[in-house]
Amino acid sequence: MNSNHTLSVLVENKPGVLTRIAGMFARRGYNIHSLAVGPTDDERVSRLTVVVGTEAVQLEQIIKQLNKLVHVLKILELDPDDAVEREMQLVKVTADPATRSQIIEIAEVFRAKIVDVSHDALTIEAAGNPAKLEALAELLAPYGIREMVRSGTIALSRGTRSITDGSKLRMQRAV
Amino acid sequence: MKITGAQAVMKSLEMLGVDTVFGYPGGAILPAYDPMIEAGFEHVLVRHEQGAIHMAEGYAHATGRVGVCIVTSGPAATNLVTGLADANMDSIPVLAITGQVATTAIGSDAFQEADVTGITMPITKHNELVHTAERIAGALKEAYYIAKSGRPGPVLVDIPKDVLNDLIEWHWDEHIDLPGYRPTIRGHGKMVKEALDLIASAKRPVIYAGGGLVRADAGEELRDFAERLQLPVVTTLMGRGILPDRHELTVGMPGMHGHYAGVKALQETDLLVTLGARFDDRVTGRLDAFAPLAKVIHVDVDPAEIGKNREVDVPIVGDLKVVLGQLLRVLDDKEEKGLLEPLLPDTKAWRNHLDELKRDHPLLLDQPETGVLKPQTAIRAIYDTWGDDAVYVSGVGQHQMWAAQHIPYSRGGQWINSGGLGTMGFAVPAAIGAKVGVGRDVPVVAIDGDGCFQMTFQEIAAAVQHDIPVIFCVINNGFLGMVRQWQSLFYEDRLSQVRLPQDCPDLLKLADAYGIPGFRVMHVEDLDAILAKAYAITDQPVLIDFRVDPDEMVFPMVPSGASNDDVLETAEQWYARAAALAAAKLAAAGEDQL
Repeated sequence: MNSNHTLSVLVENKPGVLTRIAGMFARRGYNIHSLAVGPTDDERVSRLTVVVGTEAVQLEQIIKQLNKLVHVLKILELDPDDAVEREMQLVKVTADPATRSQIIEIAEVFRAKIVDVSHDALTIEAAGNPAKLEALAELLAPYGIREMVRSGTIALSRGTRSITDGSKLRMQRAV
Repeated sequence: MKITGAQAVMKSLEMLGVDTVFGYPGGAILPAYDPMIEAGFEHVLVRHEQGAIHMAEGYAHATGRVGVCIVTSGPAATNLVTGLADANMDSIPVLAITGQVATTAIGSDAFQEADVTGITMPITKHNELVHTAERIAGALKEAYYIAKSGRPGPVLVDIPKDVLNDLIEWHWDEHIDLPGYRPTIRGHGKMVKEALDLIASAKRPVIYAGGGLVRADAGEELRDFAERLQLPVVTTLMGRGILPDRHELTVGMPGMHGHYAGVKALQETDLLVTLGARFDDRVTGRLDAFAPLAKVIHVDVDPAEIGKNREVDVPIVGDLKVVLGQLLRVLDDKEEKGLLEPLLPDTKAWRNHLDELKRDHPLLLDQPETGVLKPQTAIRAIYDTWGDDAVYVSGVGQHQMWAAQHIPYSRGGQWINSGGLGTMGFAVPAAIGAKVGVGRDVPVVAIDGDGCFQMTFQEIAAAVQHDIPVIFCVINNGFLGMVRQWQSLFYEDRLSQVRLPQDCPDLLKLADAYGIPGFRVMHVEDLDAILAKAYAITDQPVLIDFRVDPDEMVFPMVPSGASNDDVLETAEQWYARAAALAAAKLAAAGEDQL
């Protein structure tokens, strides 16, 4: 059974590291659902969050193949029940004076923000899990979605533990 | 004192102990070729960059050291691609240095520019585009270390021309800082014990010994381990010789063209002790029918190999030499305490059975006393001439399989071939590189096919120019033999684009053109006399044209995609099976109609 798995990957912040990872997924036929990459609190290290749709056996292979990349420092599979996962979505929706207040109401229900207003459109910023963002988009659809963009998932485990716990990485950083 | 980046390349290679580089100069790498005149290593000038990397591979295969090649940017670097992929598949430690256009020109589609790190990313263990001259020493040191450690492989370092020209303060230290690269060397102690317990309870255990043992130089440990526990051993195409073929525990080679007993040993075993092998499809045949009764112990330095193709009962990640040492130490401990007995499996009946299979199913060869020369006979005679001291290097195809089957190997690294990628044209340059590695006293014999030979024979010029006396044997059957065999067997003998005229090129004239002795064997009765003449020549390359039976096929054979239970020993068996399958199909179709 295929299901989604969220991998948190710490990598050295070196040129081409994203290509290496994306290329490894492509050539081994693994499917990336979403990918988000950005800096961490250590400028030498970037953090990738990759969501893959795969079965357990293949997931193990993906993690092992990722680990073989010299610039990959650490990989953690995040348990969905024990992690905070977020995506961000921006939606530009048609809004005339008659519909504007309805749309704002919907946005408030989803704890989304209006970030841009013009004569006949509103841009809404929302964050949350994929299901929530899909529900929001569905409710906005009847008003006319002009364009929409969604980020890949970013995620952290809940509680006090950190991905760098017990790894060499942290020791190096302390130096 | 300041030095140039190019001088830093030379000094780095000297510090790494490199004694030979294989290369070809050109635009972007020119700055490196100037200080090379004074460098403390030899340079072999190849005739095509593919030759440079295959030579580096051959050198690495034969010596266990890192093979180094150096070429320019663009087309030169892309000519390395086949060799890099080859080294990546067979875990050969190679360092490839490529020139690159100046950093200011990168991305501008400059003359001889290619995105070499991008192109080679999926076929190298690692690569790096060096941005500053200060980074050169570190990049080369790390590349060398990555290439040879853990699961060995090719590493490419791409250096722009301006970086080679920049002036820097020379600095070298031995420290390696690769936080994301830490190969596991020692096996997990608990798993080591579990492995021994599992072996103890097995009735029909077999060691499935792969090329990883050769890379780890673990032949001695393997022999001790197999002897202590009386475990039969099959050696894969990449592992041939790691336990000598004449050793009583050696069963033979498994796989599509393996020895009958080797194939059967894996099918009938109840415990696969997998050491540095990777369940390649050419060994397993149909994966779900492979070794159906077996539990699996898998030892490999690359964790990603474990569980990749076959589920494993006892996984051990670690260097083969170290892990075998750990296993042997546990046995020593137990022996001291008088507790060894329970760890010894009773394999006598199983070994007897395998010995019978070996005896009853030898390789079949129908060689008339006069007239036509069978390719297998030629290869056996080559072995009889150059013997156990020699290193044998092959290309890819029928000649490769016959050389793997018929020569009794006696040590790891004695048999060099392109296993994973199946690179035709490998033999000529790889043999030259191997000869550079093993030196004067060890003969290196290339056993090549006529198709393979014509892909890379231009490197004979490099062998002549640099005085590298390799024996080049061409098993000339006038066909792309393996392709023809498949067309015969799978495409109803409809031969398509597989004929290569045996006389074109005329190999005696070719030898003449290169100024080396050439010989031709037309008939079996001429074999010994001609080989004796060739054997006497040790100070220059030799070319021998063996005109062999064009119709000979490689057997045993497991049909592609079939189960290893279907190993066939002769063409007659093959055609009988094909006829039976066709009849069954017809019968089934008839029933459908009813």
